[in-house]
Amino acid sequence: MSWITARRRHPAAGYVVIASVLVIIGTAYAVITSGAASASPQATPNSAQIADGRNLFVEECATCHGLYAQGTADAPSLIGVGAAAVNFQVTTGRMPAAELGAENDRKPPRLNATQTAAIAAYIQSLGGGPTVPSAAQVSTSGADVGLGQQLFVADCAACHNFVGAGGALTYGKYAPPLTASTPTQIYEAMLTGPEAMPVFNDLTITPQEKRDIIAYVTQVRSEPNPGGFSLGRVGPVTEGLVAFLGLLLFMVLAALWITAKHGKAHE
Amino acid sequence: MSDTNSPGVSDAGEAAGQSWPEYLRGERHDPASAGTTGPGAGQQGQGQQGPHHRVIGTPSPTAARTLLDEPDGGSRRPRQPELPPGPADPRHARHAELLVAACFILAMLAGFGFLVAYALIGVGSLTRVLHSNLALGGCLSAVFLLLGIGAVIWVRHLMPDVELTEQRHPMRSTPVERAAFKETFEDGAAASQFVKRPLVRRTLIAATLPLAVAPLFLLRDLGPLPGTSLDNTVWRKGLRLLAYGTGRPITAAEFSSPGSLISVGPEGYLDNDDAMAKAAVIIIKFRPGQLVFGPPAVPGHASRPNLVVPNWTVNNIVAYSKICTHVGCPAALYEQTTHHILCPCHQSTFDATRGAMVLFGPATRALPQLPIGVDSEGFLIATGPFNEPVGPSFWERS
Repeated sequence: MSWITARRRHPAAGYVVIASVLVIIGTAYAVITSGAASASPQATPNSAQIADGRNLFVEECATCHGLYAQGTADAPSLIGVGAAAVNFQVTTGRMPAAELGAENDRKPPRLNATQTAAIAAYIQSLGGGPTVPSAAQVSTSGADVGLGQQLFVADCAACHNFVGAGGALTYGKYAPPLTASTPTQIYEAMLTGPEAMPVFNDLTITPQEKRDIIAYVTQVRSEPNPGGFSLGRVGPVTEGLVAFLGLLLFMVLAALWITAKHGKAHE
Repeated sequence: MSDTNSPGVSDAGEAAGQSWPEYLRGERHDPASAGTTGPGAGQQGQGQQGPHHRVIGTPSPTAARTLLDEPDGGSRRPRQPELPPGPADPRHARHAELLVAACFILAMLAGFGFLVAYALIGVGSLTRVLHSNLALGGCLSAVFLLLGIGAVIWVRHLMPDVELTEQRHPMRSTPVERAAFKETFEDGAAASQFVKRPLVRRTLIAATLPLAVAPLFLLRDLGPLPGTSLDNTVWRKGLRLLAYGTGRPITAAEFSSPGSLISVGPEGYLDNDDAMAKAAVIIIKFRPGQLVFGPPAVPGHASRPNLVVPNWTVNNIVAYSKICTHVGCPAALYEQTTHHILCPCHQSTFDATRGAMVLFGPATRALPQLPIGVDSEGFLIATGPFNEPVGPSFWERS
């Protein structure tokens, strides 16, 4: 201690103390935050998985998104989009895209779950971003379907129709129907805002509220839906139109028949 | 008209004619009698027919005879076809009769079914209401349909199918009738003392006056005029923006992901539908540099060449009215890739980065922008009302 005591009034002593404290705080912060990150159940990618993901990325995605996911003139950068965006795009079959365009249609996924997870881990390792939600995060047990409906009507129904049947956007784009979407995909779509969709982050629409919305979207599918071509659950309107036109034709023919001169039976 | 002159069965025997009532059979007047009773002759001839004590409202004695008659006494009229003595095929007619009767009986049963359904099903629950409506409507439809079918079969298979021509006669009453009516009216007016007793007459008129004026008061309920209520919304300085659905205030820090959108309403009015009908707002978060202020970078919309977009944003968050300026549909289809706000009703498209100016569609004005800021706790607030009326145009809009 005498060494310190002897130098504590040195002109540089104050700077040394401040620098030391900053280093200690910085180190502690780094340890704490990395500990928090590793506590997430999804964030357990190992280097082998990331390497697999890297290889798959080069094969499947790099043509458009660039060798290092930095983006090209044809496709956006994927740095920072997170594993959730990858999982959504790949599990809905939108990526790898069949052709360049503003929108990609939902189709059977080209990559299996392991491959998807590998690419997601690789993209997540590049710049972080939203992670794939856990099963508990998308569970609809105990969700408030009523609140989910209110939120869906306020913020989703404008494009996706009030029961998630989808609808038209500008210049030929469209909001897809949600009839085949899994709860995980719905959650990821809200989190990442794929294609033209706005983002609903976890601070604006909380995870609990996202579960409520998922509960509404999935529950409304099983509600009774009379009629065939229901036009997004507006009811049996198309059948009504056909019946109306049919009856109208029938009535016109009946009127013709009633007033027509029939055979000369009485003359 | 060709059928009128068709040969028909005009030579059928007089005996067979008993199947039809007298007035339907083509009467053959001798020209002399037709000449005096026809209405054409009546104009001059009625006066000389002696005293005429007919009660007003009963048919004129000539009317019964003029149905198939001609004013010129029938000398030039086309020969009316005689009605057939009866249906040509009695067996066919019998079948038709039974069919008609069956329809009417079924209609009667359906009518009873209506009564029974009304009494039995009741309207205790939603399901019962549905069943009741179905049963009542079905029975009533069956009654009218069967009545109609029966009537049509009756007309087509039992009634004679011969075209008759009925002449149109002058509608003016004869001078005798007119004089009699005048006399009766004046007698009645005198007998009622309506003219003699002005007190009764005037109080009667006074009694009906309020009824005549009543519609004016009812018309008043079409008002009052909207006044300035269309010009203003409930938004004012300091009101927080609450997320629609949850009613939570939003901080600028939370609404941080570029491309975010959320529907909001003014603090304290989320449950007030009248207020929300005008005050609904969407807020959108942009990346730095995406929002364009001032005069539009490209030549502006034709109708607003001098459109200047105010910088009423905070942290690249911008707030627009959710009510389309065309006819007031909720315009909330936002594409974060193109920054278009689309109205689903008529495809009016607005550019969210340039003050929501119109890009396409029938709307002629940009979506009104709400000036926003943050309060001391970091929550998004309005820093003032809209600076123009929201929603579609109206007459008094300045």
